Amino acid sequence: MSREDVLVTTQWAEENLSTPGVVFAEVDEDTTAYEGGHIPGAVRIDWKTELQDQVRRDFVDKAGFEKLLSAKGIGNDDLVILYGGNNNWFAAYAYWYFKLYGHDKVKLIDGGRKKWELDGRDLVKEVPDRPATNYTASDQDLSLRAFRDEVVDAISTKNLVDVRSPDEFSGKLVAPAHLPQESAQRGGHIPSALNVPWAKTANEDGTFKTADELKELYEEAGLDTGKATIAYCRIGERSSHTWFALHELMGLKDVKNYDGSWTEYGSLVGVPVETGSNGGK
Amino acid sequence: MSDGCGAPEQTAVVTGEDTGDQVVVAGTVTGGESPLGGAYVRLLNGDDEFAGEVQASPEGDFRFYAAPGAWKVRALHRNGNGEATVDAAGPGLHQVTIAVS
Repeated sequence: MSREDVLVTTQWAEENLSTPGVVFAEVDEDTTAYEGGHIPGAVRIDWKTELQDQVRRDFVDKAGFEKLLSAKGIGNDDLVILYGGNNNWFAAYAYWYFKLYGHDKVKLIDGGRKKWELDGRDLVKEVPDRPATNYTASDQDLSLRAFRDEVVDAISTKNLVDVRSPDEFSGKLVAPAHLPQESAQRGGHIPSALNVPWAKTANEDGTFKTADELKELYEEAGLDTGKATIAYCRIGERSSHTWFALHELMGLKDVKNYDGSWTEYGSLVGVPVETGSNGGK
Repeated sequence: MSDGCGAPEQTAVVTGEDTGDQVVVAGTVTGGESPLGGAYVRLLNGDDEFAGEVQASPEGDFRFYAAPGAWKVRALHRNGNGEATVDAAGPGLHQVTIAVS
């Protein structure tokens, strides 16, 4: 799989805003970003209220995903171009989520909203009116998704990649540095996990590093590419970004995202937790 | 605790603000003589390792909740970039201005 199969440049995006069969979608947690201005013609997907079940801690089910995409005017044959803020964290999460439900024609804008803005490209407030479709999804492809028991079993047997910042990994912080440090859960990481912060896979402008640069990064960190890999963070969106780097850009076959991540693992009773900065090396 | 990972709304610091036990690195991005809104502000440690990023408010305000330490803040904007350093040794408000040119 080449970079062009999974990413488009901001330039390509701007040149294809009106191309039939191409749907742009902004995915954010902070919906005020979209309201303040978005890529012309882009629909909005709300990470929190539309992709998460509003009662259980889980995703919307297959029928819910079908209903959501139908209402957004996204058809099964459409090429969906996702982008968002936070260096594409939530867009990468949505990309993984689309793949989970079997939508293969999906790409990310390299650099996301940040690159688009840094380029000085236009944002608009006009909300598109797309006719509803009759979208059909597949069952979840669980070869892409890890659950807690598999993660506990993976300690010292599979690659575990903790993509949070070093201070979160060591246990000094329990949330990223742009959030208040309020929490009741334990700080630390899953024993044997490598700490490769997501930011190391991206350039300053939010674009992904090249496959060769990524290979060098993970080799240096001690990732055994012959083993299966599970990525995690705090709530599963930064690790989607790393899942994208490992699975889509580096082409590693067996990579799962643990969307329960530290908010689940760090609250489990009786599981091993490690603190400090050493990790699995 | 927050069930998301997006940054909260970026608001201006208030002099004398009680941050409790939080180490707060906060300030304003400026362009020329005026505040500059919408810059992407990155928090980097002494080794230039990335620790966090927020988008400054329309008034140029940003804030981080960091671990104690010496930090660099770097702003990216379509008009240019800029950076500044701040020593945030412990809990409290540590203010810094970043000039973009």
